[in-house]
Amino acid sequence: MKNVLLICQKELRSYFASPIAYAVMAIFGLIFGWVFYNASRDFVRYTLLQAQGMGQGGPMSVNDQIIRPLLGFAGTIALFMVPMITMRLFAEEKRTGTIELLLTSPVKDIEIILGKWLGALLLYVCVLLMSMLNIALLVLWGKPDLRPVLVGYLGLLLQGGCLLAIGALISTMTRNQIIAGIATFFISLLLWLLSWFTAFDSSVTATVVNYMSIVTHFENFGKGVLDSKDVVFYLSMMFLSLFLTSRSLESLRWRA
Amino acid sequence: MIKVEGLTKRYARTVAVDNISFEVEKGQIVGFLGPNGAGKTTTMRVLTCFLPPTSGKASVAGFDVQENPLEVKRRIGYLPETPPLYPEMEVSEYLRFAGRLKGISSADIAKRIDEVTGRCALGDVRNRLIGKLSKGFRQRVGLAQAMIHNPDVLILDEPTSGLDPKQIIEIRELLRALAGEHTIILSTHILAEVEHTCEHVIIINKGRLAAIDSVANLTNRLRGAEAVAVEVDAAGGQPNPTEVQQRLEQAPGVSRVVMKDSKDGRIRFEVESLQGRHIRAELARAVVNAGWNLNELHAVGLSLEDIFLQLTAAGQGAAEENRKEGEPKQ
Ligand SMILES: Nc1ncnc2c1ncn2[C@@H]1O[C@H](COP(=O)(O)OP(=O)(O)OP(=O)(O)O)[C@@H](O)[C@H]1O
Ligand SMILES: [Mg+2]
Repeated sequence: MKNVLLICQKELRSYFASPIAYAVMAIFGLIFGWVFYNASRDFVRYTLLQAQGMGQGGPMSVNDQIIRPLLGFAGTIALFMVPMITMRLFAEEKRTGTIELLLTSPVKDIEIILGKWLGALLLYVCVLLMSMLNIALLVLWGKPDLRPVLVGYLGLLLQGGCLLAIGALISTMTRNQIIAGIATFFISLLLWLLSWFTAFDSSVTATVVNYMSIVTHFENFGKGVLDSKDVVFYLSMMFLSLFLTSRSLESLRWRA
Repeated sequence: MIKVEGLTKRYARTVAVDNISFEVEKGQIVGFLGPNGAGKTTTMRVLTCFLPPTSGKASVAGFDVQENPLEVKRRIGYLPETPPLYPEMEVSEYLRFAGRLKGISSADIAKRIDEVTGRCALGDVRNRLIGKLSKGFRQRVGLAQAMIHNPDVLILDEPTSGLDPKQIIEIRELLRALAGEHTIILSTHILAEVEHTCEHVIIINKGRLAAIDSVANLTNRLRGAEAVAVEVDAAGGQPNPTEVQQRLEQAPGVSRVVMKDSKDGRIRFEVESLQGRHIRAELARAVVNAGWNLNELHAVGLSLEDIFLQLTAAGQGAAEENRKEGEPKQ
């Protein structure tokens, strides 16, 4: 455990020593803020119209009109953010040879992997926290139901952890971080699109493929519904990816 | 302390290390010598548990590298060919990370950092970013990293590459001071380095063991015959070189005389003796009796360089054969 924290700390240190951390936080902070601004502006407009008796439809709610789209959007954005965070994890150490220090120190492979993954996850959490500032504003003047917000963020965290583990796996496979980043992006995209490919198909394969889609499992979280099936899916995907990462690191030794 | 038995490491196409065996006693300092591509780095990577062997065994302090890697790693300090440095870290921060990773407690780490920065003369750059250091300094940071946990065994892959002559001497002295307490294996292509620093030498070529012996023994074993440089004064064109050569050849115990050059009124020869004969006195007598002036006469031992070339040239044919067999059939 001490080794995991040590490596995690080192990862965070190098994220914040390079522009990556700031770039990720700035880009996604801005995008998120902008989307939030638009959603709230529209919400305010419609509410005003409704108050004057000119709108139609049911009652407006901060949760449905602002928070849910915002969370869904954040889920999509993670797709772009994760490759930026994970691409260097192992590829860079392989390129510069520092992997030799890690692999010849008395630490277990799994400690190295967990440390790196945790470091990446913490950076991701920083970005999530930034986006939470927007929600905090809502709490100040609206009266959103907090439970769906928390469930949504739990979903984002689980989905992020999952994608980050996949990114870490891909990063062990090359010494070029750009390649690692691009591959991670396309694989995440594929996992994300799986639900579209099979939307109108109800065969067994389609159900299975659909099950693999990261988005399908996020939908419930987005609605504020906590379903243990989704949690189990994310946890097992995480576990599987981290396990494969350890296999990949092992095979690196055989090939290196 | 280190034991290697029948170690073979095969990459997809090449046999990098081919059935080598050796042992290193505690406290020895051993030079690992071989030309480019000989398999030095590969052997070291197996010893440090970075690569698993294809076949054969290697153990450090009684722990097998495959069965007990963590125990082996705890006892080894390793400086890879390219020092494994994080450019965005400061020197002391890096040493702290490396030390903690190798199991030093946070209470002891500061003391250890002081110790190794002192020994590797890094005091002035402790707070500099590693990315901004010169190559020689980076090499020393790499060395400090290998020593940070005061390991029993130091495995150093070309520790003096990139250093200036003064630093090379300092590092050699440092290594000699460390030997005895620590067991050290260092690899190099520089023969002088082995002659100066090491007690023992392991020579490999194309993945095969060419020789393993103490430096002194090896020089002697191959020396058998003595080589002597002779310089005769020939100011004014007398005597003429062929005449001198004939005289020298007639001296008892001489097997061969080679004229090196003849200019500025001096003639230089290299004379080799028959096996086990000492010929310096005879040569001196031959020259003086002929009434010539002897300028210089000294033994030229076969240098490690000659030995090395002899050994690797001899081993070449066999190694070549073996490689072909080892390669997968197309
Ligand atoms: N990762 C690898 N994949 C395939 N072949 C390799 C790999 N690493 C080394 N080799 C091959 O193994 C052989 C031994 O290489 P090694 O690096 O051990 O030599 P070396 O003695 O350290 O050479 P040098 O003095 O140049 O450092 C070489 O023929 C090399 O091409
Ligand atoms: Mg090498």
